Amino acid sequence: MVSRPHGGRLVDRTVSPKRRERLLEEARELPRIDVNESIAADAANIAHGVYSPLEGFMVQEDYINVLDQMRLSSDLPWTIPIILDVDPEDIVGVKDGDDIALYYRDEPLAIMRIEEIYGWDKKEYAMKVFKTADPNHPGVAKTYKRKELLIGGSIDLLRDPPEPFENIRLWPKETRVLFGTRGWKRIAAFQTRNVPHMGHEYVQKAALTFTDGLFINPLVGWKKPGDYRDEVIVKAYKALIEHYYPKEVVVLSVLRMEMRYAGPREAVHHAIVRKNFGATHFIVGRDHAGVGNYYGPYEAWEIFREFPDLGITPLFVREAFYCKKCGQMVNEKICPHPEEFRIRISGTKLRKMIMSGQKPPEYMMRLEVARVILEHPKPFIEEDEA
Amino acid sequence: MVHKDMTEKVSIEIKRDLYDKAKKFIEEQGGFSSVEELVEFLLEEVLSSEESEERGLSKEDEEKVKERLRALGYI
Ligand SMILES: [Zn+2]
Repeated sequence: MVSRPHGGRLVDRTVSPKRRERLLEEARELPRIDVNESIAADAANIAHGVYSPLEGFMVQEDYINVLDQMRLSSDLPWTIPIILDVDPEDIVGVKDGDDIALYYRDEPLAIMRIEEIYGWDKKEYAMKVFKTADPNHPGVAKTYKRKELLIGGSIDLLRDPPEPFENIRLWPKETRVLFGTRGWKRIAAFQTRNVPHMGHEYVQKAALTFTDGLFINPLVGWKKPGDYRDEVIVKAYKALIEHYYPKEVVVLSVLRMEMRYAGPREAVHHAIVRKNFGATHFIVGRDHAGVGNYYGPYEAWEIFREFPDLGITPLFVREAFYCKKCGQMVNEKICPHPEEFRIRISGTKLRKMIMSGQKPPEYMMRLEVARVILEHPKPFIEEDEA
Repeated sequence: MVHKDMTEKVSIEIKRDLYDKAKKFIEEQGGFSSVEELVEFLLEEVLSSEESEERGLSKEDEEKVKERLRALGYI
């Protein structure tokens, strides 16, 4: 059977059509706070149970617990604070217990009951979440640009933010029904922010060999310059699945959530989120959610030892490479041959090839996947866009 | 409530070998973090046949979800 939601119950903070009418009117009378794409995505994720058991943006007690203990105040594992930052002038005259309206792209998105307004120390946040205060780290840099106060409290979502990938965006209540309908009991989830190369395919198929289904769940939303564009990732996966996967054992759907590049802590966050989608197993890559050299290659594996009560099983699949002697994709554990026979597939190397318009060799990337990327005029996010 | 687990807990006793079997089941199948969670789930399954709300989705909601999944080609 599919996983129980984190905390036992799938949160639903969406409103019925009838209530929506009334609340929309109410929202127009309330103090207004405009939120950006990432916060709007978080609000939708809260309301649709992606972040169960959270019913709103974190209050201070949970915020501090998550920073210090990697757990909510209820002791449930939780590693990345889900917070809403505001400028003091945004909330002049607003106090604890008040309702406010969150607006996104000039439309009311949600009503929030403010439980608490509190200050935060961004440097402390950076040190604890990212293990560095270095502003060259993309997640840290983004944190330093955030606003000075945090507001915590439950939300009621009035509408979903606009989603360009609507027809491949599923919420947890939908994936749960879907997995159930397909009769899957063991479901391996794969997190990604990349186009698939042969190494990814190997890891996914290794996991699929001893589970019933594979849930490929790429992140769409804010990423750093140099990362692949969302539509390229989606098209590349569609091509891979169409040509190389049995369709009845794979589900591809996107999740709008910003990348934080928080390495080990983010790996656990990614696992919890996929547990809420119903996955029973979560594939954790080498240097999962890492960036640069901020995290050790296996730190994202080691952190899972601290969470025996996570409720989703991490799968530590070793990195795959092509071995000329074995004549196939293998990993450290199953190939006895020395380094000279091994061809490593690095994302960086692939990126360079693609940037220069070169087609990667087929042992690195499927032809159909490479074609999708090379056909795109600008497959990467550029410096001034992020 | 954003965070607090509001439900007060009580202890119950079950046979050791059943407990061990449940533990093994969890280790092999995943999906639950403890025997307690499994027991709570099973109890809820049984008790909620009358109050389908507790299980999250009503029959009607489930049908709506399936309709969307069919329209998108997932089933
Ligand atoms: Zn070999």
